[in-house]
Amino acid sequence: MRWLAEVHVALRPGIADPEGQTIGSALQSLGYDSVSEVRSGKLMRIAFEADDSAGAEATVADMCRRLLANPVMETASWELRADEEQQSAETVTG
Amino acid sequence: MTLLGARPRIAVIVFPGTWSERDFAHVAVEVLGWEAQLVWHAEAELGEPDAVVLPGGFAHGDHLRTGAIARFSPIMAAVEAAAGEGVPIIGSCNGFQVLTEAGLLPGALMRNDHLEFRCDWQWLRVEQPRASPAWLGELSDGETIRLPISHGEGRYVADEETLDALEAAGRVVLRYAAAGGAVTHEANPNGSARGIAGIVNERGNVLGMMPHPERAAEEEVGGTDGLRLLRSLERWLQEQPAAVERGL
Repeated sequence: MRWLAEVHVALRPGIADPEGQTIGSALQSLGYDSVSEVRSGKLMRIAFEADDSAGAEATVADMCRRLLANPVMETASWELRADEEQQSAETVTG
Repeated sequence: MTLLGARPRIAVIVFPGTWSERDFAHVAVEVLGWEAQLVWHAEAELGEPDAVVLPGGFAHGDHLRTGAIARFSPIMAAVEAAAGEGVPIIGSCNGFQVLTEAGLLPGALMRNDHLEFRCDWQWLRVEQPRASPAWLGELSDGETIRLPISHGEGRYVADEETLDALEAAGRVVLRYAAAGGAVTHEANPNGSARGIAGIVNERGNVLGMMPHPERAAEEEVGGTDGLRLLRSLERWLQEQPAAVERGL
């Protein structure tokens, strides 16, 4: 069955983020004086096949560990859900 | 020095998006009289070269992170095996980024702190050259050399513990410096931790550095300090016991 993972890659605390700082300065210059910090990151949406939720979870964890985040300066977190649309389509065609 | 018999032979790895491979090959072949072979990243074999070069560029478009995709190219298994055998390996610029992603060197290279691409001549202070006789044998501790830099993501980062361990082991071999050799904030072109421009692995055969030695090998391009790293390799190869068998 098809799963959708939304993977967020963030910089570890303490790792300088010049891109986030620049975005923060831009927001302040637009008048958002209340902005105290911006941290940039990456968002990846991944569709993939797995037998069950445990298998899907393990696969995403493995993807993050091997490729999607570099533990030297990044952390990864994710949300995982079954692709309901895909499943109902399969039921109809099946 | 006249070379008799076999000449040093280097393998220069080419990923999709690599851009410095021909400069390295030009210096090896035309300036030094060596042999150089360009090895496509999809190959599995290096062909037993005397040394391996991971050149600068933007392998796989620098997507995800610099070097992150390249480290999984088929040729990297052979590069990692060669590193384990003690074969001299140099990664310059993007090559340094690939070496850190592959885990052959610690730390990572991130976006320059000012977010600009920096293409310039840069002074560097040489430290602990004995840590890498193969690449730095011809250089002296504390001397200043001048090489081009050309990168948008050269800010070296590692946790404090790793940085302390690197320094304690004498594995920081190049630092961004002012003309006189002082390592200052102003001389640091990208915000690298502790001004680090180049490090070596524990064994000393793997060197990663952001500057481009291959772009400073002829007077007509502005300097020849880069040639000294390659001459170090040449001399080191000649001093190896195996070199006698190969006729070096």
